[in-house]
Amino acid sequence: MGLWLAGFQADRAQEHANLNGDPTLERIARGNAVAFRAAGSWTAGFAPLLERMVAEAEKLAGSRSDISIDVSEVSKLDTFGAWLIERLRRSLAQGSIETKIAGLSVDYASLVEEVQRVKSIPVAEAMPPTISGMLGQIGRTVAGIAGTIIGLIDMLGAVLVATGRIIIHPRSFRLTSTVHHLEQVCWRAVPIIVLITFLIGCIIAQQGIFHFRRFGADIFVVDMLGVLVLREIGVLLVAIMVAGRSGSAYTAELGSMKMREEIDALRTMGFDPIEVLILPRMLALIIALPILTFLGVMAALYGGGLVAWLYGGIDPEAFLLRLRDAISIDHFTVGLVKAPVMAAVIGIVACVEGLAVEGSAESLGQHTTASVVKGIFFVIVMDGVFAIFFASIGM
Amino acid sequence: MAQSASAVVQAPVAEAIIRVRDITVQFGNTRVLDELNLDVRRGEILGFVGPSGAGKSVLTRTIIGLVPKVSGRIEVFGVDLDAASSSARRAVERRWGILFQQGALFSSLTVRQNIQFPVREYLKVSQRLLDEIMVAKLGMVGLRPEVADRYPSELSGGMVKRVALARALALDPELVFLDEPTSGLDPIGAGDFDELVRTLQRTLGLTVFMVTHDLDSLYTACDRIAVLGNGKIIAAGSMADMQASQHPWLQQYFHGKRARAVMG
Repeated sequence: MGLWLAGFQADRAQEHANLNGDPTLERIARGNAVAFRAAGSWTAGFAPLLERMVAEAEKLAGSRSDISIDVSEVSKLDTFGAWLIERLRRSLAQGSIETKIAGLSVDYASLVEEVQRVKSIPVAEAMPPTISGMLGQIGRTVAGIAGTIIGLIDMLGAVLVATGRIIIHPRSFRLTSTVHHLEQVCWRAVPIIVLITFLIGCIIAQQGIFHFRRFGADIFVVDMLGVLVLREIGVLLVAIMVAGRSGSAYTAELGSMKMREEIDALRTMGFDPIEVLILPRMLALIIALPILTFLGVMAALYGGGLVAWLYGGIDPEAFLLRLRDAISIDHFTVGLVKAPVMAAVIGIVACVEGLAVEGSAESLGQHTTASVVKGIFFVIVMDGVFAIFFASIGM
Repeated sequence: MAQSASAVVQAPVAEAIIRVRDITVQFGNTRVLDELNLDVRRGEILGFVGPSGAGKSVLTRTIIGLVPKVSGRIEVFGVDLDAASSSARRAVERRWGILFQQGALFSSLTVRQNIQFPVREYLKVSQRLLDEIMVAKLGMVGLRPEVADRYPSELSGGMVKRVALARALALDPELVFLDEPTSGLDPIGAGDFDELVRTLQRTLGLTVFMVTHDLDSLYTACDRIAVLGNGKIIAAGSMADMQASQHPWLQQYFHGKRARAVMG
């Protein structure tokens, strides 16, 4: 008496040419003995089907004293098939009943032997969320924030020490590297910075004129534009763009160097990575940001002036006269003084994040994102601190 | 399906599983492979040697389809890879496994996820079977199941190679490409690896295409050796054939100081 457990087609038409027919598992009961007869190709392509058949067979085994698995009809066997036969054998063998695999061809004996060596199956640890786990996560995040700030101060210190060393031994300064980075972060950034600040200048002027016109106060748009652009928007916008453009590049560069042990290599050759990699980058950024801010401010004023002329009917002469009255050199200084400080903040954040990258591509992505987000955050915080400072000294 | 079935029936005993015909590969004006011909027979371990920079990896990558060729024909499992439809190509890709020189493990996945990745994509099987197969594969490459939840960055160089091999073997391929599998391993580790490849060839009936520099590997693991030089196969045959060859590079390679040390 035989019971066909499975003779049905595999769900998917397999790419494997099915030369030897679908796999089957037949249960034959004779008195107190049960034999399972496997046939067909027991291969990876049929794994889902095989798994179902084996699960069925496990249920149907019953309690017999003599169970065997006959594999003499199996035409093709690979790790999947061999393991599933082994899995069946193990589940049938539970208790004191011995289960044998019979009819194993010489070719496949070593494969079955191989899978029989598989012992414990470690289960992927998936811990259910607990209250203490969540609290722990919050704690770790808070500690992480403190760690971030300590990391930034640490890097600031290291950079200052390296700067001190350079001042004492100017010959170890890396001019070529600095110039290279200056080209990357300053010269190549000019077109996009000028374009964006120009457009922002246009938009501010247009909005100003549109709303001020109702009170007949069109001309005051020049005051607004001048103060806003020189003191705040110019430097803030440029700093945010530089954080996104160059801060992320620094993090990605340093991070991939860290991943490939290039930074360790430098260190073992007796070079200080801060001096070789970070100082030139920082310096390039500190030089670049005031220049870009100046260009950005000019572009924004130009854009604003253009819109005031074409849209608001304020001709350039009137615009310039009004601008001269509205702003003083203080506004310009306030804007420009902030630039190098913001550059230093962006640079330090980018370098700390770059050096924090670990072995995986995912980690590189996370730290590059963190570099930009933290960079922009600290730029805005610094801007607030400066606003308080300048207000209190009356600038 | 019917076509490949008849091909198998008609095939002679040592059917060519890879058939490379008149392959030319060029980078700019540099011709790396020049009308190269090569057969890899079913069930053999072919050692592929040649001077550094001769284009061994390029040939491997051309066969796999990562490097475009100027002209020529490549058949794997009797399927012409250029003429094949994308589904036929995928079917072929499912039947081979590749061990890259640096392992090329996915750095953001654990060992477990790396090995399970191809299986999960191609077969709808339970998580339990995925885990069991993963452990079986780890066992085959001589690793303990405890490494399953480590990330590639936490593994030693030898372990990376082994995990990468386990991933290449995940779907029980019929053909594996090994690009310098023993480079960067200590001699004992390299010896183990050769032994491992031998064992897998026996148990799984694998065909192995192995790019190597390791004389030990050639001596102990390979059934046949092919030598690349000047963009062509300058010799192919058994170890004895190689040693008998009069070609100057082969002479130097197989009779040099290192070779004598290996062959004693």
